[in-house]
Amino acid sequence: MIRINRPPDPLHSLLRDKRTNLGSLFFMTLPAGAQKFFNEAGDISRFTARFFTEGFRPRYEFAELLRQCFIIGYKSLPLVGLTGFIMGLVLTMQLRPSLVDYGVEYELPAMVAISIVREIGPVITALIFAGKIGSSIGAELGSMKVTEQIDAMEVSGTNPFKYLVVTRVFAATLMLPILVLLGDAIGLYGSYLGVNIKGITSFSLFYTQVFDALSFSDVFPAFIKSFFFGFAVGVIGCYKGYNSSKGTEGVGRSANSAVVVASLMVFVLDLIAVQITDLLGYN
Amino acid sequence: MTAAYDTTVFSNDQESQMPGLQQSGSQENVIRIRNLRKSFGSNIVLNKFNLTLKKGESVAVLGKSGSGKSVLIKCIIGLLIPDEGTIDVFGQNIPSLSHDQLDRIRVRVGFLFQSNALYDSMTIRENLEFPLRRHWISVNQQEVNDMITEALENVGLAHTVNMMPAELSGGMRKRIALARTLILKPEIILYDEPTTGLDPITGNEISELMVSIQKKYNTSSLVISHDMKCIRKTADRIVVLTDGIAYAEGTYAALQQSTDLKVKQFFQ
Repeated sequence: MIRINRPPDPLHSLLRDKRTNLGSLFFMTLPAGAQKFFNEAGDISRFTARFFTEGFRPRYEFAELLRQCFIIGYKSLPLVGLTGFIMGLVLTMQLRPSLVDYGVEYELPAMVAISIVREIGPVITALIFAGKIGSSIGAELGSMKVTEQIDAMEVSGTNPFKYLVVTRVFAATLMLPILVLLGDAIGLYGSYLGVNIKGITSFSLFYTQVFDALSFSDVFPAFIKSFFFGFAVGVIGCYKGYNSSKGTEGVGRSANSAVVVASLMVFVLDLIAVQITDLLGYN
Repeated sequence: MTAAYDTTVFSNDQESQMPGLQQSGSQENVIRIRNLRKSFGSNIVLNKFNLTLKKGESVAVLGKSGSGKSVLIKCIIGLLIPDEGTIDVFGQNIPSLSHDQLDRIRVRVGFLFQSNALYDSMTIRENLEFPLRRHWISVNQQEVNDMITEALENVGLAHTVNMMPAELSGGMRKRIALARTLILKPEIILYDEPTTGLDPITGNEISELMVSIQKKYNTSSLVISHDMKCIRKTADRIVVLTDGIAYAEGTYAALQQSTDLKVKQFFQ
């Protein structure tokens, strides 16, 4: 009698596995792209949960946090400032003809101020921040991973997650709102110069109109959502870098996907934020 | 170099007969690995691997690329968690230790990484200071400076203290990585491919440095390599890692005479 050992049927093995449930069976039926998306989303969620688990327990890395605040915040200021200035100037110059057509040119400072403070300032600054900081964190941690520097850190009695990830995520979360405020201020100054290119408006008149137009409900939600933008950029940059693999090619891919995913997350969070502020009656 | 072992080739079920597993009365085992198993998915890298390292001894683990040498050394230092088996380092089973206990063991065990793993954003001084600061070694600044100077003088690179790693050559970076490993004066040093990527002359210098350090500090060394020149110079005993097991064990001279094909291929 011949005995043939057939390889087990994959579906049969899956059904016999005690961990198999309806959810996992449904997941198996999804297209590969969707499975990859959900796997990635799950991994980022776990990474974020680890941040909250480890981030608020000692040992606290204050010195490294300050260093990261300097690198992430202070060193981003020139880029954010320049972008904000151009944004304010261009927005003013683009809006003026339309307002002149309707005879409401005097509303230009108020309109620009509300646009910058509520939406354009936080979103543009966050996108610039995602490009600069997201890619730099992704590339730095990615290269540290592939050159075993993260392992070396662990061997040297350091929790690399706390030292590298927690500090960078906190620094990004704390620094972006400050950069947004500074970017808004510089953007409004750009707008003031833009107004004066084709007209004459005094500094005090311009800013009186700006502050008259702005209210608490314009500034506060925009400031709060900046924290979430900063957190998303920090977490995604760190996640991509910390999980980098496949050598130098992987480092490039980490930096690239950190920017893409972080930028996308900024828009998704903005969409959620506008719904929440609407529900709370801030619109 | 001592020559305490003859060539022995083992099968997977003969590990209990391995000389390395029998406790020597005269020398204390600083590392004792029993039935170590580590797999990644369906790929079984180590399968009932056994090894001992005695105090003051230098053992080389020889194996082809991808045979699991680096996995083994990372399991020993606690960077990877094995599936099964015990790894006793100074009598404590590494996989069962807490983070704090593991950190205390890591002060006594140095690790030289294959890629050196110097922190690119730090100067050489900061690289060397890092393990001292992080392991809470309570020394004042003068003592830190003295320790850095001593470690750098040991590797002949005292003048590089304020340089960045990117300014150094491959051989110099390897020496600095060795100095960083030495700064805590470890009792065991784990070398992961110490001469890989170096030219033969620099590789030879690193091998000589390893021997001189072992003599000077009476450290125990575990060298992971497939560089036969380095192994010949540094190892008292060689363990051949093939198919996930300690396939053969012996001195360089004894293994060189082996007629077993799997052993012989390394010496051709």
